[in-house]
Amino acid sequence: MSLLPWTIYLSFGGAVLALGAGARSAAAARWIALLTAAAGWGLVLVAAVGFAPAAGLQTVADGAWIPSLGVRYHLAADGISLTLLTLTGLAATAGVLFSWNVEERTGEFFAFYLTLIGGVYGVFLSADALLFFVFYEIAIVPKYFLIANWGSTNREYGAMKLVLYSFAGSALVLAGLLWAYVAAGSHSFDLPDLAAAAMHFSGSEQVKMFALVFLGFAVLAGLFPFHTWAPTGHVAAPTAASMLLAGVVMKLGAYGCLRVALPLFPAGLAFWQPVIAWLAVAGIVYGGLVALVQDDFKFVIGYSSVSHMGFVLLGLAAANARALSGAVLQMFSHGVIAGLLFAVVGRMVYDRMHTRRLDELHARPLYRLLPFAAGTFVFAGLASMGMPGFSGFPAELTILIGVWQTSPAWAAVAALGVLVAAAFTVRVMQLAFFGRGGEGTAPPSSTSLPPITLAEKLGAVLLLGATVVIGLKPDLLLNWITPALQSPFFEAVLKGGGQ
Amino acid sequence: MTADYSGLAGAVLPEAALTLGALIVLGVDLVFLRRQSLAIRLRFAVAAAALAVVAAIALTLKGGAPGEVFGGVLIFDSLAMAVRLGVLTLVLLVLGISLGAPRPRRPAEYVAIMLFAAVGFNLMAAAQQLLLAFLALELASLSLYVLAGFDKSRPESVEAALKYFLFGGVSAAFLLFGFSLIYGLTGSINLPQIAASLAQQGLTPLLAVALVMVLVAFGFKAAAAPFHLWAPDAYQGAPAPSAALIASASKLAGLALFVRLLWPGFHAVAGNIAVVSGGGWLPVVAILAGASLLLGNIGALAQTNVRRLLAYSAIAHAGALLLGVIAFGVAGPAPLFYYAMTYGVATAGAFGVIAVLERAGGCDKITDLAGLHRRSPFLAACLAVFILSLAGIPPLAGFFGKLAVFAAALQLGAGGPAGWLTFAAIFLSAVALYYYLVILKQAWVAPPAEKTGPVAIPLVTAFTFLAAAAIIVLAGLWPSFLLDFF
Repeated sequence: MSLLPWTIYLSFGGAVLALGAGARSAAAARWIALLTAAAGWGLVLVAAVGFAPAAGLQTVADGAWIPSLGVRYHLAADGISLTLLTLTGLAATAGVLFSWNVEERTGEFFAFYLTLIGGVYGVFLSADALLFFVFYEIAIVPKYFLIANWGSTNREYGAMKLVLYSFAGSALVLAGLLWAYVAAGSHSFDLPDLAAAAMHFSGSEQVKMFALVFLGFAVLAGLFPFHTWAPTGHVAAPTAASMLLAGVVMKLGAYGCLRVALPLFPAGLAFWQPVIAWLAVAGIVYGGLVALVQDDFKFVIGYSSVSHMGFVLLGLAAANARALSGAVLQMFSHGVIAGLLFAVVGRMVYDRMHTRRLDELHARPLYRLLPFAAGTFVFAGLASMGMPGFSGFPAELTILIGVWQTSPAWAAVAALGVLVAAAFTVRVMQLAFFGRGGEGTAPPSSTSLPPITLAEKLGAVLLLGATVVIGLKPDLLLNWITPALQSPFFEAVLKGGGQ
Repeated sequence: MTADYSGLAGAVLPEAALTLGALIVLGVDLVFLRRQSLAIRLRFAVAAAALAVVAAIALTLKGGAPGEVFGGVLIFDSLAMAVRLGVLTLVLLVLGISLGAPRPRRPAEYVAIMLFAAVGFNLMAAAQQLLLAFLALELASLSLYVLAGFDKSRPESVEAALKYFLFGGVSAAFLLFGFSLIYGLTGSINLPQIAASLAQQGLTPLLAVALVMVLVAFGFKAAAAPFHLWAPDAYQGAPAPSAALIASASKLAGLALFVRLLWPGFHAVAGNIAVVSGGGWLPVVAILAGASLLLGNIGALAQTNVRRLLAYSAIAHAGALLLGVIAFGVAGPAPLFYYAMTYGVATAGAFGVIAVLERAGGCDKITDLAGLHRRSPFLAACLAVFILSLAGIPPLAGFFGKLAVFAAALQLGAGGPAGWLTFAAIFLSAVALYYYLVILKQAWVAPPAEKTGPVAIPLVTAFTFLAAAAIIVLAGLWPSFLLDFF
């Protein structure tokens, strides 16, 4: 466990090294990035082996940082953070593999990439609200440069929109946190301290503070109707950034809701619960319906992320033990699956076909030209639909059961979203990969495409493997998550929000 | 009043070192270097001035904080000492920058006047008597007017100096008028006596007039709306090192001067921030803060000139700094000093980057920064540190300055005007990120324009940038180093 802080330092150090090496050799920058990401993941896995699931955060580093403001450098982990750390390491490693073909300013690309990863690790490890916020903001700025420099369609607009939404959200969070800090008067940003002090806040204070903090985080989690940055940003981003943004960074928002907003202001949750739940349900259905009519392959995936993140937010809103553990499981599951889908669209298909328009793709027999991509996408699509055997199934099922306990109506409408997800996934699968172009005739030689590289295959296998393993044995993660939710830290949430 | 000249001489040794340095710069240039090239004369002047500043820093550190000297005319408390060290550091940075900027026609005079300005800044921070406060302010201001108009060959520079001078002259007149009213009302020009007298008589209409006049001058010095109109023109036209000095050290010293006037001096008539009609200066400062935050951030969105953009950003930052002035009563000088100091370093650094680009061909529009990452990765990286710090992105110092000021201001009541101002400042920082990213987009995303090549940076200037960036990063990673100074 004490190794975990090194994931942060390793990533930032790797960023500096990649920047330095990239000036001379792109290959060196790539290998540095791969080794850094893999080493970070390795550290998480080593820590996971020695991890004893328990209620409450297990401190891994603690020291005074800014005593005059009561800010501590306090890093800690429980089963929830460990789940998301595992996801981060996995997605980071796969992301490097899928950006092996970045030729332009390679060193800078991986420097921004690894800085983003370092920030993400930091968020998942922070037990001090201000430290949490610092890492959260560190993860914002690299996104702009990744998208604006290495992105595609409408990249400068997409980058600016995404970053301004994120930053506006974080401004709300900062306002709420500072308010709570000052009102608590305990001169500490440490999350357990803040939660203890927040119990004495009046109901109306909690309602307002919760609104600021939760909304701020939920913007990043893609809460309807504040989700519009997500599809444009993710479509504009380069493949690895889309994978990370949809796969991991959106989870920062959801994690912030779970780790900060809910435990600190349970009375606020009780007040806002129906609003959040219905917005989440609206996001599930709306995101799915919009995905159903897109003619750009990547936008389908972009909107599907909004829909799937709706399940996470719905689970958080329902706020009982089952729904919350389902939400965390769904964060992991969607992180892996969204990463895989974006990898297929952005790297395997777009980098070879140079189009993402579904009608143009439909004119070519992609299943013959790129059988590996087609196969991967079919599996990823099945996982995304919530097919049993893949991680999406236990995650969404757990959420729906949990939500049903709080309100059957929400669960019933959300279940519609599962149907819509099946519809848009099958549609895009058919349009993109199983076109008419190849029927009867052999594909002309001009259509031969660069073969799928080893790096891509490796990345796809990693992500597919993860979704299958968790799909078959969700207890691997649930055994971490469930005890973590029994911590006294979440007691008020489960009591106040549940019924 | 006891005239303790030896005590005074001991306390102002750093200022003596600066003055001596300025005289040496002028004298040596006059006697020995008339026939040398401008480059050599500038190098000598900067080297001698830097030595004088380093000597002043050493003397400040060695002398400690002697407290009140010369019968309370000057007070060297922790605030004065911190601002002194801050001003000297900023002047050192500006000196390094001026080596990379387009060369001034009379380098010795240029550098010497900077040192005179530094003397003025230092005395401003320590003045505890109205007359000395005014003299120190005028010493600094007159130096800055000259520095702003130093590039006589460019009409913009002359325009900058004229506007700065006219606004500055009027505001000085206001200040003097306010001071004379206060003297008339309290019978003293010493702040402790004024404070005691005001505590007895309370807020009278005539005092209100005096306070407004002082605040007008304060608004001018801090570039706070609605007294900000000089700033965009002065920042745009002045030679870049002069603009850097106006935006950084001058602001730091001005804040110290007025905070000392307002809090230890006029705290009896501060009034209640929540009650505008109740009188007192707190609500007025709150209005200035709110207006500056709004006008600065929104005005900056429309700018296409880099320096005007930085000027509007300065106005926005002035709003946040005034919030720190408001919170001074509950939190003391630490948040305000930290904010003003780190803001000064970042903004001086940004002007330095502009200066180097001006020498390399020109830097007028924001688009002139295009492709900086290819023309000079080092410069682009430093610019990113400065701009992101101005935007308040952690772990850079700008974020912790905002954090400290906002946390302090919220202690005045989250539901009251201070709270609303703080929330407005936080939300407007999201607006601000847009225009800061517009700068960084050119530097880091856009390809270089045609006919532009690599940028040459003199070694000393490169080292200056490195030092400024290091200050920003280290002050961000260990904010306590500066916050716990007091």
